[in-house]
Amino acid sequence: MYAFDFERPSTIADAVKALGQDDAQALAGGQTLIPSLKQRLAMPSKLVSLAGIDEMRGICVDDGGRVCIGGATIHADVAAQEHYPALAALAGNIGDPAVRNRGTIGGSLANNDPSACYPSAALASNATIVTNTREIAADDFFTGLFETALEDGEIITEVKLPVPEKAAYMKFEQPASRFALVGVFVAKHSDGVRVAVTGASNGGVFRWTEAEEALSSNFSADALEGMSADASNMISDVHGSGAYRAHLTGVMARRAVTAAG
Amino acid sequence: MPQVSMTVNGKAASGEIEGRTLLVDFLRDNLGLTGTHVGCDTSQCGACVVHVNGKDVKACSVFAAECEGAEVVTIEGMAGPDGSLNAVQQAFQDHHGLQCGFCTPGMVMTAAALLQKNPKPSESEIRDYLEGNICRCTGYHNIVKAIMAASGQDAGQVAAE
Repeated sequence: MYAFDFERPSTIADAVKALGQDDAQALAGGQTLIPSLKQRLAMPSKLVSLAGIDEMRGICVDDGGRVCIGGATIHADVAAQEHYPALAALAGNIGDPAVRNRGTIGGSLANNDPSACYPSAALASNATIVTNTREIAADDFFTGLFETALEDGEIITEVKLPVPEKAAYMKFEQPASRFALVGVFVAKHSDGVRVAVTGASNGGVFRWTEAEEALSSNFSADALEGMSADASNMISDVHGSGAYRAHLTGVMARRAVTAAG
Repeated sequence: MPQVSMTVNGKAASGEIEGRTLLVDFLRDNLGLTGTHVGCDTSQCGACVVHVNGKDVKACSVFAAECEGAEVVTIEGMAGPDGSLNAVQQAFQDHHGLQCGFCTPGMVMTAAALLQKNPKPSESEIRDYLEGNICRCTGYHNIVKAIMAASGQDAGQVAAE
């Protein structure tokens, strides 16, 4: 690792101030950032740890029934909550237990790894990403591979997720990394079905609109029979071809619909 | 250089560190607690698992500076003051839950964390919880047996040999 300064503010305001300096970088759980720093893929002048900010941790339900999760809440705590079972199941299957005790929902969403689990939950749930300056709809938040709508120095302070009538996430796990080779989050809302796919596309997480239309008129695995996602922009690598990932998208979507009941 | 202070195995510990100093390096190099091992240094293998404020974490993927004021427990904190092994350590010895022993500190710390949350885990819950701990001697069966025994259950339930 290159050398850097380290700050551990206890309020969002102090963290924003610390991040105002050139090349400062926010540190959430560090389960992606620390390995990246070790590989010298990043050279921040300063790391600003968000772990000491109490107002960014915790889970509650707002007046609209949305589950509100502080940005610095660890995966293990999301896995333990009972307000949104499909989200708990997703969080409880990220990485391994020790990783789940450090990694945070805000860190995962801000990083927008194309194979991370949380972006699919945020997109399918029609979540709102709350930052220190504004609220961003999930549909506008994920802008590409490791790219989000966040500005430099902007921090995810909270994530608000409407709880669907029915929902499930199915991950086909890449066994070495435990990231999703393909993961599909299906959510049946009162006003329609949203299907979000992670792990598959060169563009990062995306909504599979053909599947959404089919499921909105008939919420059953049969409605997706024979369907697979467009293979043209799928990730092709040593773990699987684009065609394989496109096929898996259909398979995992059907399994998710069945699991959602 | 910045200063960090924490409690390690019940004793106050402090030292000068760099921002980039990992918790595992602080434990090993500053405090001389070399029981916590560095296997992969990429958060895959779990040889470096310690408890920070009661939670099992990979000490190779946590900065020492993040642990300011924290309660840290390492493998050196598991045995009694007289050197007597705790239940998990004793079960690993009784059931030969190791071959080369390099992964053992992390296995014991992870097992202890599991048993704190789930005092009577099933075999599949044990195997699931060990997902982030890799034994390259591949001696998992005896590790699972040891954890069954440490939780007061019949190690003979672990069928595979």
